[in-house]
Amino acid sequence: MTDPISSVSHLDLEESKHTFLDANELVINMGPQHPATHGVLRVILRLDGEKVMGLECVIGYLHRGVEKIAEHRTYTMFNPYVDRMDYVAAVSNGLGYCEAVEKLLNIEAPPRANYIRVILTELNRIASHQLWLGTHALDIGAMTPLFYTFRDREEILKIFEKYCGARLTTHAFRIGGCQYETYEGFEKDVKKFLAFVAPKIDEYEELLTTNRIWVERTKNVGNISAKDCIALGVTGPVLRASGVKWDVRKAQPYAAYKQFDFEIPTGQNGDTYDRYLVRMAEMRQSLRIIQQAVHGIPEGPIMAKVSKVLKPPVGEIYHSIEAPKGELGYFIVSDGSTQPYRVRVRPPSFVNLQALDLMCRGQLVADVIAVIGTLDIVLGEVDR
Amino acid sequence: MPGFITSYLDKSVQVTPGQYGSPFWALVYILVVFGGVSLAVVCMNWLERKILAHMQVRLGPMRVGPHGLLQPIADALKLILKEDIVPEGADSFVFLLAPIIILLAVFSVYCVIPFGPTHAITDMNIGILFMLGVSSLGVLGIVMAGWASNSHYPLIGALRSSAQMVSYEIAMGLAVVSAVLMTSLNAEGTGTLSMIGIVQAQYAQHVWFVFKFFPLGLIAFFIFAVAMVAETNRAPFDLPEAESELTAGFHTEYSGLRWSLFMLGEYAAMIAVSSIAITLWLGGWMRPFPNALSGPNWDLAFSLFPALTFFGLAAMTFYSTMRMPKHSYFRIQTIGLGAFAAVFALIGLILLVPPVRDRVQDVYWFIAKIAVFLYLYIWYRGTFPRYRFDQLMKVGWKVLLPMGIAVLMLTGIVGLRDDIFLFLKRLVHV
Repeated sequence: MTDPISSVSHLDLEESKHTFLDANELVINMGPQHPATHGVLRVILRLDGEKVMGLECVIGYLHRGVEKIAEHRTYTMFNPYVDRMDYVAAVSNGLGYCEAVEKLLNIEAPPRANYIRVILTELNRIASHQLWLGTHALDIGAMTPLFYTFRDREEILKIFEKYCGARLTTHAFRIGGCQYETYEGFEKDVKKFLAFVAPKIDEYEELLTTNRIWVERTKNVGNISAKDCIALGVTGPVLRASGVKWDVRKAQPYAAYKQFDFEIPTGQNGDTYDRYLVRMAEMRQSLRIIQQAVHGIPEGPIMAKVSKVLKPPVGEIYHSIEAPKGELGYFIVSDGSTQPYRVRVRPPSFVNLQALDLMCRGQLVADVIAVIGTLDIVLGEVDR
Repeated sequence: MPGFITSYLDKSVQVTPGQYGSPFWALVYILVVFGGVSLAVVCMNWLERKILAHMQVRLGPMRVGPHGLLQPIADALKLILKEDIVPEGADSFVFLLAPIIILLAVFSVYCVIPFGPTHAITDMNIGILFMLGVSSLGVLGIVMAGWASNSHYPLIGALRSSAQMVSYEIAMGLAVVSAVLMTSLNAEGTGTLSMIGIVQAQYAQHVWFVFKFFPLGLIAFFIFAVAMVAETNRAPFDLPEAESELTAGFHTEYSGLRWSLFMLGEYAAMIAVSSIAITLWLGGWMRPFPNALSGPNWDLAFSLFPALTFFGLAAMTFYSTMRMPKHSYFRIQTIGLGAFAAVFALIGLILLVPPVRDRVQDVYWFIAKIAVFLYLYIWYRGTFPRYRFDQLMKVGWKVLLPMGIAVLMLTGIVGLRDDIFLFLKRLVHV
């Protein structure tokens, strides 16, 4: 069996030893306190002049032992903890965990709950992409998109706040459905938001898509091929920008995604610009999904019949969903007690971060910042 | 020798301090310009933060004074009170000298800038050469600051900034030369390097040089307009200040007052290069259409502009005063803002008085044009991402430099087309 990592092209560490004129390599430390590393990522760069010969990520500065905590909490008690992993897309985390446990319990959430789940998750996807766009553009030097995206993200957070009282770590779903019925005027708010945000996305694109400097800074920067993506397990918009049409929402539909009509935007070159375009298109697709969901939301109960004390049968389950950053998977082992024997999270940020070294080799220092931005990592999820 | 060449070689050095030719008045002018530029930098600081904030759907400074009007003063106070740190191992003499050199280089440029036909510290017959030479000295200060800091990041930042400034200076120089050529070409022997002379040539030729030999003047102006942004290290060429990247620039190790001297130098340089662009291409102190819309009636109409501007400012401020929250907590702020409105209105009234009105004309139009440029600077900063260093060099050497050479040659050819035809005719006849 071949090792997937060694099959990745030019990941050979020996290669970088010979630098131009055998000059000394410059080793520079970036982070953990650095404005462009999106939290507490530490990157050790090996440079030949301005060229990156290789880099190493040092992670763990935000490790809270989320997986270990799960072993001492009941299934229900652990639910809010998952929100703290990818705090930018907390709703997706909750959805993945709830569905995994539901699968283990062999129950299914009622259709109305599934629709609410889809609406909130897709709203969260837009919020997450907006935050990514703002910070990514800020790293490359464009200040203004940050304020535009935060202004519009606010509207989404307001809907969350009205729905469940929290803006960021929402804890929106419960095992078996949703705890809260939608509030009065929820559908009106969502429809109003759809009409509000569609022209705003055009506005972001107006600022950046054809901006000469933006294109020069992002085209052919941090290229990664589809083959390398698959070998490294990279998922989400990064994988799709390399031309692979893989989206868990379509491949293994969960929640109510089977009922909706939407496309998977893909790119060709797998560079930073394509990843930008893919994410912009994804925001529009999310709007499409929300549009369909909010118009076809069925009446009915929002919770399945779930016993007060959850005791799943002995067994194990792997369930994954399409989080904004890629495939978010939960592997849960149950020993038949009220607490999980082991919970293992497959965080998209952590897996995608592996590709950083490959994407940055041969690029310039300024590009490392662009690539970290385009990977869209959240350190809370990388370190857990 | 053709007249257009000899005209540049005029031997009489016309150094005229102010309009009076005495050292005393020169000193007065120097103090007025220095104070005025410093005041403009303070205003620019507030305006930049406010305008940028409004572009970015936020409010900007609001706490210190009404609408944050006193924020620059608070910032200046803070910077003066801060500790002046000299890093260990730094060459302290060079380290302390560097900001002063930058400031000197920038403020020396103002010696030759004509704010009006008679409002200049001095008028040299080599004015534009002096400007190019002195403003290049700023690079020296940057290199000194980077080297003396005894730290990697300032050193790399200084190398970057100096490389950037030196490369864009060449394109800038070519554009300037094509404007200087225009003073003598296609007109009778008025060729001059004097800044006042260049504006007078535009008046005599009935055209702003930006529109002369269309589109050659426009292209030269464009080259200068891009190069001057790079020269002053502003967005999108603000790599020395790229906080999201590894190097924060040559002033990383500076703090307090010395750091603020760098900032003062940067903003003063922005005003200086803007005024050079205005002098060379946009008719300097001239009001719009001095020839087409001439006559006493038009003169009167245009002379009302300064007063109208201040009345407009007063009206805006007064409107803001009316909109201040009616709470006793805001009383002092409201009164302050009202006072600002009153001051603006008073200045507007003074500017209505005929003797004042006629004398501030030139300076008013010059400052109005500078304001447009400064607004553009802020607009760039709100709109553009940052160039990468290699792309920045590529733009300088591969785009602007060839363009500058082409424009210079074409300007010469177009300007001398009659002579060239004559020469070719003779060649054919021989």
